[in-house]
Amino acid sequence: MGLLTKKDASLILDPLADNNPITIQVLGICSALAITAELKASIVMAISVVFVLGVGNVVISLMRNIIPSKIRIIVQLVVVATLVIIVDQVLKAFAYELSKTLAVFVGLIITNCIIMGRFEAFALGNGPWKSFLDGIGNALGYGLILIIVGFFRELLGSGTLLGFKVLGDPVEKTGLYATGYENNGFMIIPPAALIVVGIIIWVQRSRNKALIEDN
Amino acid sequence: MAINKDKNSYTVIFAAIMVVVVGSILAFLASGLKERISENERLEKQQNILYAMGVHENVDQGSVNFIPTDRVAEEFEKYISEQLVVEGNTAKPYDEAYLIDLQKEETLAKKGATRKLPLFVGNKDGKKFYIIPMRGKGLWDAIWGFVALDESMTVQGVYFDHKGETPGLGANIKQRYFMDDFVGESILKGDAYVGVKVAKGNNDPVNKIKDDNEVDAMAGATITGDGISAMIKKSLRMYKPYLETIKSKS
Repeated sequence: MGLLTKKDASLILDPLADNNPITIQVLGICSALAITAELKASIVMAISVVFVLGVGNVVISLMRNIIPSKIRIIVQLVVVATLVIIVDQVLKAFAYELSKTLAVFVGLIITNCIIMGRFEAFALGNGPWKSFLDGIGNALGYGLILIIVGFFRELLGSGTLLGFKVLGDPVEKTGLYATGYENNGFMIIPPAALIVVGIIIWVQRSRNKALIEDN
Repeated sequence: MAINKDKNSYTVIFAAIMVVVVGSILAFLASGLKERISENERLEKQQNILYAMGVHENVDQGSVNFIPTDRVAEEFEKYISEQLVVEGNTAKPYDEAYLIDLQKEETLAKKGATRKLPLFVGNKDGKKFYIIPMRGKGLWDAIWGFVALDESMTVQGVYFDHKGETPGLGANIKQRYFMDDFVGESILKGDAYVGVKVAKGNNDPVNKIKDDNEVDAMAGATITGDGISAMIKKSLRMYKPYLETIKSKS
């Protein structure tokens, strides 16, 4: 094995599928519902979380032996809030319109349960390299679901992908719209994300029976 | 010597160092990016003003497309013929009046200073537009916008924006269907300046009646809607003396 040992690789790969933060652990659902009406916002949110969780896990991991346990939650909050403000300011400077779409949600990263969860459950007890992989893995697992949901909601709700009219023009009635196809307005509103996430969970569990809890 | 991490003094010192480090990182970043951010905000204001007077790149029924940032400065120059500051019933030119911070002006006015009231005169296809900036309160945070009037005090276009209204509910004030409803409404009822009200149950959901000073409210966003009504009324009232002179000239 080259750069990554088998155990390291599983830190990244597990959260992508069988230990996905959204579909298996059901964390971070709020932002998955809120910002996935278009693919672009999903991708940016995914990248932001990869950055915040990857860097945040490393910072917490490096500090894990000096953080006073009495105030560890506060320290975690300060670290994540700092990183989020950095992301927010950088977006405002270099991708202003995007930062306006994400404005409310960038702030919500601070309270994203995945981030605090990984700090508390992993970074406080593991070295920086492992924590980095774990952070990237979980953020990618989260981002993957966000992007899948964003893809379907934008495609079916607006007939576009990243703003490009892939299905033709709904006003001029070209492409698919010439056959009488209409955009599904329901896909634009947040409950549609719940249904898409539900379908992903269903597909995932029917392919891997080990994930089904028996009760 | 091992440090006892359970001691209160350690906790306090740790917290103090953390605050200083984090504070300086953020201060450094904020001052480094300040210029770019304020440039973005400047261009956005120009885009908003042009949008209100109908200079935009909307392609279909639902889109809100501004003039792209690389062209907005020159389009702004082209369409906005005068930037004024209104004082009573007179107005004098003011460079870059769109940079006037309405929130600051409001605070200053409370302390007794004369409030600067920016007004923009736009020309498009031989028609004159008077564009007034507005600022008010929504449900969660600030809302603001621009309204473009013609000489007869009929709304020609509006643009609304918000800081943190609920996505899908109050945040819809910046959707086309809501903003487009204002076009054609008059801010006058007889001779009184009443503004345009966001009204529930006005029996006019598609907004065909244009002389009722009302547009249909959004379901689930009562407080944001009321905020819009209050913002329009409050903002336009301050311009009333000057608007009278425009109206009597026409």
